[in-house]
Amino acid sequence: MKKELGIGILLLVLCVAVAILNPQFLSTANLQNTSRLVGMFGIFSIGMGLVIITGGIDLSVGSVFALQGIVLAILLTRAHWPWPAATAAVVVGVVLLGVGHGFLITVVRLQPFIVTLCGLLFYRGLARFISNDETRGFGTSSFGLLRPLAAGKLGPVPMPFVVLLVVAAVMAVVLHRSVYGRYLYAVGRNEEAARFSGINTRLVIGSAYAVSMLLAAISGIQLAFYTNSVSPSGHGLSYELYGIAAAVLGGCSLRGGEGSILGILLGSALLQVLQNLVNLLGIPSSLNLAVMGAVILAGICVDQLLASRAKRTRKPA
Amino acid sequence: METTPILNLLGVCKRFPGVVALDNVNLSLGSGEILALIGENGAGKSTLVKILAGVLQPDAGRIVLDGRDLSVRSAADAAALGFGVVHQELNLLDNLDVAGNLFLGREPARFAWAGPLRWIDSAAMVRQSRPHLDRLGLNISPRTPLAQLSLAQQQMVEIAKALSQNARILVLDEPTSSLTRAETYRLLLTLKDLSRQGVSVLFISHRLGEICEIANRVVALRDGKNAGELPHDRIDHANMVRLMIGRDLRSFYVPASSTARRIRLQVRGLRTTAWPDQAVSFDAAGGEILGLAGLVGCGRSELARAIFGVDPMPAGQIALDGRPLRIGSARDAIDAGVYLVPEDRRRTGLIVDMTVRQNISLPALRRFASMLLIRPDRETRHADQQVRMLQIKTPSCETPAMNLSGGNQQKVVLAKWLGMKPKVLIVDEPTRGIDVGAKAEIYRLLRALADQDVAVIVISSDLEEVLGVSDRVAVMREGKIVGILPRSEFSERAVMDLAFGTASATAASGGGDRS
Ligand SMILES: Nc1ncnc2c1ncn2[C@@H]1O[C@H](COP(=O)(O)OP(=O)(O)OP(=O)(O)O)[C@@H](O)[C@H]1O
Ligand SMILES: [Mg+2]
Repeated sequence: MKKELGIGILLLVLCVAVAILNPQFLSTANLQNTSRLVGMFGIFSIGMGLVIITGGIDLSVGSVFALQGIVLAILLTRAHWPWPAATAAVVVGVVLLGVGHGFLITVVRLQPFIVTLCGLLFYRGLARFISNDETRGFGTSSFGLLRPLAAGKLGPVPMPFVVLLVVAAVMAVVLHRSVYGRYLYAVGRNEEAARFSGINTRLVIGSAYAVSMLLAAISGIQLAFYTNSVSPSGHGLSYELYGIAAAVLGGCSLRGGEGSILGILLGSALLQVLQNLVNLLGIPSSLNLAVMGAVILAGICVDQLLASRAKRTRKPA
Repeated sequence: METTPILNLLGVCKRFPGVVALDNVNLSLGSGEILALIGENGAGKSTLVKILAGVLQPDAGRIVLDGRDLSVRSAADAAALGFGVVHQELNLLDNLDVAGNLFLGREPARFAWAGPLRWIDSAAMVRQSRPHLDRLGLNISPRTPLAQLSLAQQQMVEIAKALSQNARILVLDEPTSSLTRAETYRLLLTLKDLSRQGVSVLFISHRLGEICEIANRVVALRDGKNAGELPHDRIDHANMVRLMIGRDLRSFYVPASSTARRIRLQVRGLRTTAWPDQAVSFDAAGGEILGLAGLVGCGRSELARAIFGVDPMPAGQIALDGRPLRIGSARDAIDAGVYLVPEDRRRTGLIVDMTVRQNISLPALRRFASMLLIRPDRETRHADQQVRMLQIKTPSCETPAMNLSGGNQQKVVLAKWLGMKPKVLIVDEPTRGIDVGAKAEIYRLLRALADQDVAVIVISSDLEEVLGVSDRVAVMREGKIVGILPRSEFSERAVMDLAFGTASATAASGGGDRS
């Protein structure tokens, strides 16, 4: 709870500061756009957080976005599949990729970093190959309900943000209240002891990669319709790092066994507000990544300082 | 032994959140003295050791060595001052071999002039390791990767490491907790030898027999305070118990009450990956406690792990209540009612940074859930109940398990399984690090389970314990059961003969009808 409080305050301070420096921040258009981005990034960051809690990592997310976007565009605009079929095919396919990652990690016992790094290379390459390295667009058609669901609004609120709230609520219950959630933390902290307690550690760890990919598939569809065209070499490039950053900022430890949904939510919101700040304050956009890196580092340093300070002051209690 | 003290602790205090671990503790250690430190679980013994070792800093008090005040700020300080320390929990590196662990930080080097880039002379390291291992009777190659060793072997490597430092003062925190009689005996001999050469020893153990054998003096702690001491001629079991728990302890082992037994667990031709050439067969009946004895590395734990499904089982059949049982994982075993309390609490028994409540509920979590959601009230009630039953000393159920003393952590491991209505309960070193009072309570609980028709299998390196709790004892040597002794033939001698393979044939035939 402490960690979430810290980052929550940081987020609040940042919002207030940007709002004072540039009132544009609070304009409807900006709020809508920012919350849309928070939604898209938050959903897959939650999946990343789950994987990180089991002590793993998923580097393949960004490339999956590209592959998935390309395939979706081809299915809808070239093959003219009906939108429910195309969507289902893409989602199922991406989840199967996650199942494959889980299999390689838990049964073949390869390291998560290696498996998903290979995924990162492989899916990007595949995306470029099947698209002949050409950008694929969706045009202006709405594909039934698909575009409204992925990129529309519910009242004034962008759909991705609505979906994020639903996903976060469900995942918060799963992670913090369910048996499965407790098992996720247990395998992340001591896989061997978890196994001796009768937990099917392979299933628990493997499923985390599948769930991560399911959430990535949802984000991926939203992202594809947000950009409305998918460039196979640039779409989603290094987005997995945003997910990792959000999770870590939000209190997930890369050693596993730590983290919360609220923290991940705040972490992804913070990252988007930072982006927004760079844009609104007229900081050269080439500095974008540098600002983000610096703030994440500062945030984690402050967190570490507070933690060790709390330890020291507690002693004579 | 009357010598002037070389080490004095004066008024040492240490607090943790919610606990006063040490309250004004005084202690003196003479040159060449073997001083035993005793006390119940959580009395503060390990805290004192950690302060001497520079791992913890005292809140108040003085450490006086050779008449000079000093502060031990780090483990390196302690080593430089001539302290050799064995902590209660192992501190070895899994990714090194035995020799690498023994000489960690002081590896023999070639090209010493190259400073940090000097080469580790691994041939010399291996050569120099040998005598240290031999001295303790540890028959393993110095090149064995640490991860392949059993808990007891690792503990011996840790002891060898401390002995190899030529320390003036040896501080040993429960060094024998997983050693069998034979290894313990060699260690005690070595310690006596060293003390004759002027080395002082601070020795902690819950096995009071060992203390009677070697201690020159006994100091007791109770709730972090000095609780008195015993000079050499007054050291005996009863006096030590009285000092530790403040009262006498009656009826240590509880005898079996029923004789009507039916076979519950049948094991036939079971082979383990550790001893693939040996097929093990035995029966365990409801209502009885079956002991498994043998030397370190004889395959008892491997057998238990194979039955519980956490290790692969290359061959063999297991039947429960006459019905064949297929166990492919711990989950299968648990669903069938076959439980294992593993020996290594840090690695396999506990998730140390989870809370006491979360640890206790873990194997039975589904029982505290409805619709797959955990019901916190049920979970907490169960954990509270177990904590009370085993008298686990903890500020609350929400304390991380790692903040508990070693013996109390062990009780948490037991608490996970005892409350789950077993059919077959295998306990591997159930009382490792547990104090005498709590041991008696655990024996009573095991007997109560047996009386409810549970087949209880006790693996223990403490021979006295095995003979005390069991109704039959199976002795293992090099992966096979070499004899099963009924109660009428119990004696330390008979078990040791079987374990070592000396005077074999007559003893083995005694009860070994199912070898
Ligand atoms: N890091 C810690 N944080 C909080 N409390 C602690 C910590 N370490 C020890 N304690 C508490 O201090 C008390 C003394 O613990 P200590 O480990 O010294 O006991 P001990 O005498 O070695 O017991 P045992 O025989 O079980 O090993 C215990 O109540 C324990 O819960
Ligand atoms: Mg201790």
